[in-house]
Amino acid sequence: MAAGKSGDTMMDCQSAFIYSEDLLQYQFHAEHPFDQIRVLLTKELLESMNLLNQTDIVKPRTASESDLLLFHDKEYIEAVKKASSGKLTEFDSIEFGLGTEDTPIFPNMHDAASLLVGGTLTAIDTVLEGKSNHVLHLGGGLHHGFKRKAAGFCIYNDAAVAIKYIRKHYNLRVLYVDTDAHHGDGVQWAFYDDPNVCTFSIHETGRYLFPGTGNSNERGIKDGHGYSFNIPLDAFTQDESYLTVYETAFNEIANFFQPDIIVTQNGADSHFYDPLTHLSASMKIYEEIPRLAHKLAHTYCDGKWIALGGGGYDIWRVVPRAWAQVWSVMKTNQPQIGSLSKKWLKKWQKETNVTLPSTWHDHEEQFPVIPRKLDINEKNDRTLQHTLKYIQNKS
Amino acid sequence: MIVENMMKTDVITLQPSATIAEALHLLQKHRIRHIPIVDDQGQVVGIVSDRDVRDASPSIFDKDTNQVQLNHKIESIMSHPVITVHPLDFVEEIAKIFYDEAFACVPVVKNNKLVGIITEKDLLYTLIQLTGTHVQSSHIEVKVPDRPGILPEVAAYFGKRKINIVSVLIYPYDDDQHYKTLVFRVQTMNPLPVIADLINAGFELIWPQENQGIL
Repeated sequence: MAAGKSGDTMMDCQSAFIYSEDLLQYQFHAEHPFDQIRVLLTKELLESMNLLNQTDIVKPRTASESDLLLFHDKEYIEAVKKASSGKLTEFDSIEFGLGTEDTPIFPNMHDAASLLVGGTLTAIDTVLEGKSNHVLHLGGGLHHGFKRKAAGFCIYNDAAVAIKYIRKHYNLRVLYVDTDAHHGDGVQWAFYDDPNVCTFSIHETGRYLFPGTGNSNERGIKDGHGYSFNIPLDAFTQDESYLTVYETAFNEIANFFQPDIIVTQNGADSHFYDPLTHLSASMKIYEEIPRLAHKLAHTYCDGKWIALGGGGYDIWRVVPRAWAQVWSVMKTNQPQIGSLSKKWLKKWQKETNVTLPSTWHDHEEQFPVIPRKLDINEKNDRTLQHTLKYIQNKS
Repeated sequence: MIVENMMKTDVITLQPSATIAEALHLLQKHRIRHIPIVDDQGQVVGIVSDRDVRDASPSIFDKDTNQVQLNHKIESIMSHPVITVHPLDFVEEIAKIFYDEAFACVPVVKNNKLVGIITEKDLLYTLIQLTGTHVQSSHIEVKVPDRPGILPEVAAYFGKRKINIVSVLIYPYDDDQHYKTLVFRVQTMNPLPVIADLINAGFELIWPQENQGIL
């Protein structure tokens, strides 16, 4: 293939990685499945492979209360602050979704959650002040947070706050792409009536899985009608079908919407090892997901791309590899192949009972056999057509 | 759920002496499919559907002729007597009427006066609320022996984990009359601990289940 203009740009682009140890303070309790040690594991994996160095790293700022108010209610922020110092009554906590099994109260939760949001705002400013083309903030991507309610491990919704921030300060058209296995409901509802923010979520069907929404026919309301896209995949979907659906939809939606900037939420919980979901993808999708985001950011947005983290509950075998690939694609335009660093494996194998994988790829003999694979693929194709039918009619 | 809580109260109506043309206009303007016909006392004397009106209208191929048909009185084509319901009737009774009679709308009448209307769409909306699929939740299905006390026994495991239950459905397990299926929608993204509790207590889960795809 001849090296085109966009190919050159894709090789030359600048990337930044948001990190501070303080991001690990977002910790509900030791047994909680949402564990930000994933960010550290990914960072060290990248460092040990010489893919990340000190000059790539940008420290997150803390979101101010006026930042949070771009999306959240004052009353809710006050409740989170009270909870942070143990002063929220049980009655009030229920109203705001705090103190539940999913989002238990922990000391200083307001500060910890504000730092995650601030990291996403730092990522936005870094890109929009022209310091970098792409920024990765793995501590962000908390897409279930509502205006006045914590939900699904999310206290503040950093992506919703940050997209409001982009709209207010830069007035750009934002394409939000959510590849978490759970529907990106909080972000979708935040912009459901806004034609300048297009949301696209691909996830496991909500028939069984939390949060239950994310049907094809959720298309937005009022002026925002036609700017919300959802593809609910059948449980046990594998790589081939996942990628066909993702690539077709993302290409067509980007072409339809012509975004100025792309924000991706890179939850890593669609893998067959993930304990909370029922999709059956392998590492293959985590190589291709960022690759297309990178390409389309250069095609439509002069490279402006912010990638966030999200879910991912096999924190040892899946998330560090998946997230490291996002950075690898940002930085080098290529996913990694071959073996993981021995140094990293040696250090972290001691910390877990599961056997860490030694290569970037999964081996085919590990893949689950899904007898209904053809039915599932056909169902997913139909869902894809249903989701895209209006924009396909236009072109 | 009772009719009073499901019905629409701003009902579009016509008098028996109104014309078919007026009915056609109202159906199009309000994007509705049924118009109760009421007399001066507010009593329901008939009902017309969009199909009744369309049957009485000229074909789209004869637009310029025969418009005179539209000047007939609505009472000449309305259905009567009308099956009506009371505000205190139950959602399942409405479902049964729609199923048995194969129609999709009933006027709600109290003291012989029209007070509201319920359509198939209102019924489906209510069923969505009852299944809890409109709020953030995960779905868990448990197979249980059909005996008194089993529901609180299972439900207690959610309470212990501080997991709010959005909805509960109970129905027979396949054809086996000794078992029931309990379907819970619960407000948690992480059902794993409560699933472990249920399995440890000896309950059989229908969903989630390992290898569910291998059917």
